[in-house]
Amino acid sequence: MATLEATVRQQPHAAVIDLKGDIDGAGESALQKAYADAAAQKPSSILLNFGEVGYINSKGIALIVMLLAQARKSGTRLLTTGLSSHYVEIFNITRLSDFMKIYPDEASALANSG
Amino acid sequence: METTSTKPSFWQRIFGKGKTRVETRLETESGGVATEPGSVATPVAAPAPKPLPDTLLNIDLPPNDPLVAYFSSQPGVVELEKLNLDSPALRELNKQGVKLVIPLVNQGELLGLMNLSNRLSDQDYSSDDRGLLNNLATQTAPAIRVAQLVRQQQLETQARERLEQELRIARLVQQTLLPQELPALEGWHIAAHYRPARSVGGDFYDFLQYSDGRLGLVIGDVTDKGVPAALVMASTRATLRGVAIDYAAAQNTTESVVDPGQVLERANDLICPDIPPKMFITCFYALLDPKTGCLQYANAGHDVPYVKRGDTFLELRARGMPLGLLPGMPYEVMEMQLEPGDSILFYSDGLVEAHNPQKEMFGFPRLSEYVASHPGGAALIESVLEDLEIFTGPNWEQEDDVTLMTLEREGNNLTSNAPETGDWRLLAEFETPSAEGNEREVMKRVADAAQDILPASRMEQLKTAVAEATMNAMEHGNKNNPEIPVQVEVKASPKLLSVHITDEGGSVPIPDNPAPDLDLKLDGMQSPRGWGLFLIKQFVDEMNIVTDEEHHTVELIWHLEDMPKT
Repeated sequence: MATLEATVRQQPHAAVIDLKGDIDGAGESALQKAYADAAAQKPSSILLNFGEVGYINSKGIALIVMLLAQARKSGTRLLTTGLSSHYVEIFNITRLSDFMKIYPDEASALANSG
Repeated sequence: METTSTKPSFWQRIFGKGKTRVETRLETESGGVATEPGSVATPVAAPAPKPLPDTLLNIDLPPNDPLVAYFSSQPGVVELEKLNLDSPALRELNKQGVKLVIPLVNQGELLGLMNLSNRLSDQDYSSDDRGLLNNLATQTAPAIRVAQLVRQQQLETQARERLEQELRIARLVQQTLLPQELPALEGWHIAAHYRPARSVGGDFYDFLQYSDGRLGLVIGDVTDKGVPAALVMASTRATLRGVAIDYAAAQNTTESVVDPGQVLERANDLICPDIPPKMFITCFYALLDPKTGCLQYANAGHDVPYVKRGDTFLELRARGMPLGLLPGMPYEVMEMQLEPGDSILFYSDGLVEAHNPQKEMFGFPRLSEYVASHPGGAALIESVLEDLEIFTGPNWEQEDDVTLMTLEREGNNLTSNAPETGDWRLLAEFETPSAEGNEREVMKRVADAAQDILPASRMEQLKTAVAEATMNAMEHGNKNNPEIPVQVEVKASPKLLSVHITDEGGSVPIPDNPAPDLDLKLDGMQSPRGWGLFLIKQFVDEMNIVTDEEHHTVELIWHLEDMPKT
């Protein structure tokens, strides 16, 4: 079991949350805290970097839905990068990808933020 | 003619109370009143300023009076004293002092008459007067015609709106009284579908839960349509409920008196005195003991339900007259033992009597064969509706309500236990304590066991499906109690990969979440959770569930032969 670590980096037009470990029910507090830190500066976009995430389960999906609901309320765009092809498939079938754009790498995501 | 005075409410009168009448007053000795053919003018108060005699024309002008034909063919001012016709209406007009008549004719149709008596000055009408009257008539007639058409259209619109309103009421009655929820019975699946026709028939279905665990299932159909059918349906439903529950309460639910035959018999006796003439109700009443699978039933003239058993069908036949025809009728009670895997289809005649463009009926043979050769339960409802659509074609206007209801007994065979699915070899068998996070170990061990037979392209899907099924088993089945293990079995045949995940929550049904809808979740209308079963279903080729008193097993199946070689 790899407990989720979530760290925030501020970029010129966006805040980046680097995620490492598993996104499941146990990751809720780490994810919520990182999101609150990232949102504090009121960036127009927040990029979720899943590059070092190996496992997302249905409870993890629920956490991402909650972040997305918060982001929509405050008018912040959520972007993603680093998803494996399996999780891209999950983001597609759950329709999460309709609301958070999936980028192949951080550079292209940041180029489209702002 | 010195003055003319037209009543200010002229147009109001035309649009007035449904009957078109023209009243034109000239300053004459007696009021000039235009009479509509076949109608009688009623007195109206004379207008100010100069009072006119209140004696108004009261003339019957039946359509077959020769005067009608004459006026119709005679545009312009007619001097009555020059007419020589054998006409009661003409005599009456003369008697009432009418001198001039100007027929109001539009496109050959006599719409009314403008009648004038002598001028007040006792002089004859001048040619100017006649010219003016002619002009007036040629302009008035088409105006009246237009007014009549507008009025007619208004009436038609009102009639249409009344009809629509009636349909809305009928639909509302129906939808309010149909069950809002389906009963949940361990080991049984119930599904129902009601599709109203535009005119709304009187279909209904209902469930009656008895305190001893038995379940009554009712399907019925009232003859006629619209509000009358909906009202009879409502009272029949209430009567059946009252009778069934009365009997159950009075007799402490002993088997002898809740029997479906007596319920129908008593309901029939209560319905007969009150039902409107020419109406009756067909109704099938079944009583299920979910513990034993015993089904007792009686039929009041309803279409015979089919039982799907394997690849064959059986009929639930029992004799009985429709409800509401004759009091004192007996209803035969029959019984059938439902086997695991059996599935009953109850339906209304809107299905079997649907027509295709060639005017052929859907019919019983097509339906019974369809039931025998297709999967039962909710899937059967869906596929029968698809078959109906294929049969009727896309432009079908549904003639009658279509109601479908299925009662299915769970099968006790997992695919990998069925001998016809091939030789199975065991790839892994283990158990794990129910503690959050342990699903990852299960996921890894199942993936290792399946590594050589499942293509890599589907391995991630297998991992997610296994992890989610294990989480459900630990959380819902074993209540996250670490002392209760989840058991896992991985097997393969030449064509299939099967993973069994078993918990000890046998008697506890897994909560059936609504299909996850991201829009609703983002709007806070649905919990953000509830993705587990959805993900499993996306990533397996089949899923089977079997429960017994203690255990609950989910079987996940992947078809190996469909997969690309890696």
